[in-house]
Amino acid sequence: MENFTPLAALIGGAMIGLSAIILMAFNGRIAGISGVFSGTLFAKTGDKAWRIYFILGLIAAPLLYRLASGTPLPFEMSANMPITIIAGLLVGFGTRLGSGCTSGHGICGLSRLSVRSLVSVALFMGVGFITVAVAKMIIGV
Amino acid sequence: MRQNLTALIAGAVFGIGLTVSEMINPAKVIGFLDLFGNWDPSLAFTMGGGLIVTAIGYRLVWRRSTPIFSEQYQLPQNTQIDKNLALGAILFGTGWGLAGLCPGPAIAAISIGGIKAMTFVVAMIAGIVIFEFVLGNRRPKTIAA
Repeated sequence: MENFTPLAALIGGAMIGLSAIILMAFNGRIAGISGVFSGTLFAKTGDKAWRIYFILGLIAAPLLYRLASGTPLPFEMSANMPITIIAGLLVGFGTRLGSGCTSGHGICGLSRLSVRSLVSVALFMGVGFITVAVAKMIIGV
Repeated sequence: MRQNLTALIAGAVFGIGLTVSEMINPAKVIGFLDLFGNWDPSLAFTMGGGLIVTAIGYRLVWRRSTPIFSEQYQLPQNTQIDKNLALGAILFGTGWGLAGLCPGPAIAAISIGGIKAMTFVVAMIAGIVIFEFVLGNRRPKTIAA
């Protein structure tokens, strides 16, 4: 557990919660990224603009943070290109089929005590644990 | 118009949260999902922190009968535990475990994650588009609360 960073994790999590509160208080919307993002393509015309602004803020944030802090942000991804493409397809299709992801079900849904979200989180997290364990077995780490 | 500004701010705060918690880094997420290896519980703290703040905040927000800049709160009304929910979560969990990226961190990372982050996001968009063309009409729509 030498990589454990509980305080930064907690503060970052609280900021994600703050974001969800802002979007609910002002816009009346759930901050579920898969839903917000897919709506930039498929929502009704008048329902697209705020989504595009949210996504722009999300993309700009790490850059601003990097400029302000002056330190590069670590990004290490061990998946090779074919696995990256398969994973992206699964995440895109799966989050739409299952109506949400880590933020929509995990943060917003669970905080509303949604049973659907609880089932979703238990499944995607359980499957995530299994996937990593199996992947490690296959590549022999 | 005002809703676009608050959405921009919410998106930026979300992205800073992902950056501060390091969940924008796939290695950090894989560290959490590596339950049977060198486990890093950080992600549970991020989710727990987000959950507690949101659970309290939502209840304070809902004391107002309407959102500040819009007419109504739009909450999911579907309560069915169905096949789509389960299968979707399973497919998503598989992709999440393979790459260490879910939609929020993936989109936030396109500015810092280079070709791999961009490739993931393009593939994710392809997955969304495939869903919409195959099953889009059958999806339960979000309706007003």
